[in-house]
Amino acid sequence: MNKEQAAFIYSEAFTDYHFNSDHPFNQQRVVMTKELLEAEGQLKENHLIKPRTATVEELALVHDKRYIEAVIKASNGNLSQEEGWKFGLGTEDTPMFSNMHESASLLVGGTLTAVDTVLNKQASHALNLGGGLHHGFKRKASGFCIYNDGAVAIKYIRENYNLRVLYVDTDAHHGDGVQALFYDDPEVCTLSIHETGRYLFPGTGNINERGLKTGYGYTFNFPIDAFTEDESYLSVYESAFKEVAEYFQPDVIITQNGVDAHCYDPLTHLCSTMKTFEQIPLLARRLANQYCEGRWIALGGGGYDIWRVVPRAWGQLWSVMLTGEIITGRLPASWKAKWEQLSPVSLPDDWHDASDIYQKIPRKLEITEKNEKMLQQCLQYCRNKKHFNSVHCEK
Amino acid sequence: MLVEEIMNTNVISLSPDSSIEEALKLLNHYHIRHIPIVDENDQVIGIVSDRDVRDASPSIFTSGDHFRELQHRIKTIMSHPVHTIHPLDFVEEIAAIFYEHEFACLPVVRNNKLVGMVTEKDMLYTMIQLTGTNVQSSQIEVKVPHRAGILPEVASIFGKRKTNITSVLIYPYKDDPNFKILVFRFQTMNPLPIIEDLKAADYEVLWPNSQVSKDE
Repeated sequence: MNKEQAAFIYSEAFTDYHFNSDHPFNQQRVVMTKELLEAEGQLKENHLIKPRTATVEELALVHDKRYIEAVIKASNGNLSQEEGWKFGLGTEDTPMFSNMHESASLLVGGTLTAVDTVLNKQASHALNLGGGLHHGFKRKASGFCIYNDGAVAIKYIRENYNLRVLYVDTDAHHGDGVQALFYDDPEVCTLSIHETGRYLFPGTGNINERGLKTGYGYTFNFPIDAFTEDESYLSVYESAFKEVAEYFQPDVIITQNGVDAHCYDPLTHLCSTMKTFEQIPLLARRLANQYCEGRWIALGGGGYDIWRVVPRAWGQLWSVMLTGEIITGRLPASWKAKWEQLSPVSLPDDWHDASDIYQKIPRKLEITEKNEKMLQQCLQYCRNKKHFNSVHCEK
Repeated sequence: MLVEEIMNTNVISLSPDSSIEEALKLLNHYHIRHIPIVDENDQVIGIVSDRDVRDASPSIFTSGDHFRELQHRIKTIMSHPVHTIHPLDFVEEIAAIFYEHEFACLPVVRNNKLVGMVTEKDMLYTMIQLTGTNVQSSQIEVKVPHRAGILPEVASIFGKRKTNITSVLIYPYKDDPNFKILVFRFQTMNPLPIIEDLKAADYEVLWPNSQVSKDE
């Protein structure tokens, strides 16, 4: 069998993961991305792979059996509000809905399909935009996430392939669920760049959260200030990812590609533009090639402007996975014509953003300075360790 | 919150006749900075800090293995009398003792016996718990008129949205006594419906999005 450059895990049933019509988490964005890429001529039948459904045993790699049982009960409409509370089910963030267990298991299965596709060498890279649900905890749903597909996949890789995993999370929210599940594991390194928790959910992800016991030094958090723009974001991302990859020497990279750091995103206070989402996958691909013989699995995640932001940003992610290059120029007219009818806001014309899509940020200098200081402080740990090792080895 | 809920009950103490060397070893071994000195009835009769012990130790530039200075008895350098607190004191009250007297730790005494210790670090840890920043949450700040009944009115908006509040703080609003700032930490990733409800009820939401409005 010929090895493909990249695989696109996809099923229309991803949209069954649907809380209610007022809820900001809307998997229609995956359909929109797929159609955009098809209209652009970047996505063909041979790239598509259908996701499998994760089994209960696979979910139990990271989730408590009692929690899974509660989700199954909720899925069938048999879980009381009172029982739901302690598992984070039935809140405004994660309301119960029928078939929630099945649809959440499909998202996890999609990520496992992506893992197997890459590790069985059917493709160098694989993308599951249905996944990236990084707020799922061992026995608790939170922040729109029921099962934590990224965490299940990491545990699955550890048990079945015994590879060292670097998890890089560029969602605007802290990747707290994945961090918590591997906090004491030195074979899994988690790196999260997010808006500081001063105001934004989940409030955690301080730079002093570095792991526990033998896992100490394998958790990295880079909290950036509200209203951070492209330049400063990318400077933190590039330095952090490069140095941590060099320090950890991963066998496989999993990226969580939430795209809610964009200035249009209604839930966060960061000010990235498309430029950030063009650069993020370029570096991920480069480092996956440099350290992991290309083994890279990318996941979706947050992204709540599903009209103007998510399809373009995730489209660029796929383009980089497939070709190593970003797409330029105008968006396909047929795609725009179809979705413009449904969109409450007018859709952009181009793949790129113009430079004036948000108001000038008055505190830009201070924000950049604070982010830079945070970056240096956080990376000091691996620099010290590198220095120690080099001195130690010379002896 | 009561002192007994935050105090450390595994207290390392010494008798007044112990040597300074013993104190030095305990400070280093347990990574602590204070040792209460108790008599045979566990009554606190003094306290030594790491600085007291260091002042009584030879300089690092002095060479040699055995130092006579370290064989002195601890009671010769301990501070006394000692300011102590009771397990049923309020944490808020002892915060004021720490602040006024510039202590770094306070022994807790019941029936004249040493039962625990509270350090500055324990105090800060407790303050962090009280602000709620250590648990999963979003934060918003609301400016409200300073009048009776305002807190339950605002809080009910969170309740209607089935959103759990993890902590509430009430700050003064600059120097204006007619207003207060309510700071809520609450468990949701999507604060927008609550912000809209608050605005619809004519409350002034100071954060998020008041400094620069995105996408306008």
